[in-house]
Amino acid sequence: MEITTTSYKRCDIVKASGRIDSYTAPELEESLTSLTNEGRYKIVLDMEDVDFMSSKGWWVLIETQKNCKRYNRGELVLTGVQDRIQDSLNLVGMGSYFQIFDDTLSAVGHF
Amino acid sequence: MATEKFPGRFESLAGIRKFVSTAAEEAGFDDKEVYAVELAVDEACANIIEHAYGGEGKGEIICICNDLSNGLEIILKDDGEQFDPSTISQPDFSVELEKLKPRGAGIFLIRNMMDDVDFKFSKESGNELRMVKRKSH
Repeated sequence: MEITTTSYKRCDIVKASGRIDSYTAPELEESLTSLTNEGRYKIVLDMEDVDFMSSKGWWVLIETQKNCKRYNRGELVLTGVQDRIQDSLNLVGMGSYFQIFDDTLSAVGHF
Repeated sequence: MATEKFPGRFESLAGIRKFVSTAAEEAGFDDKEVYAVELAVDEACANIIEHAYGGEGKGEIICICNDLSNGLEIILKDDGEQFDPSTISQPDFSVELEKLKPRGAGIFLIRNMMDDVDFKFSKESGNELRMVKRKSH
């Protein structure tokens, strides 16, 4: 899995690629936590190139979302989520905790 | 029938998914169904490492794939502590974000992705999780 973070004035875009499972989820957690530790709570996670995500990955996103939304200081939004990943997210019932945008531009425009 | 042994480490998950996705493709499942099998097996193996073995590097996971005429049977065996996934309670995703507790989503996914899920344990042969995905077409 590869993760790149690009910081903008309005928000940060984190682009992940590859497969997120119990082995790789800690890398994603580290990237997201380093942003929130810097006080950056408006985050777009670009998942266009993520082709697998287990519940371990979703829990990383849930914890980040809790951190971002606390005191109304921001939000984690998702973009480019592949259908089969979104199906599993909705099946579990975690879908309601995230806003999902079709493209990065719309996601950035949300902030 | 295809059988393979993997070290009980999270690093093995990619190889285990590849092993079962190849079996699912050969059994004639479509992309969405293959993903469902991959996800269910990934969640089950992560649970084995985390709960049955209590951590990485404590034992092996044996994965057996049987092409049934109407689907695919996958059996996962380990020598860890008795761990029946059905004893884990289902997470409640109707609660507000702050109250969500990170537990139980894996078994919920397994039950929804696969048609049959059975578990048995004996002191001699350890844990055995049997899952079947039936063909819908």
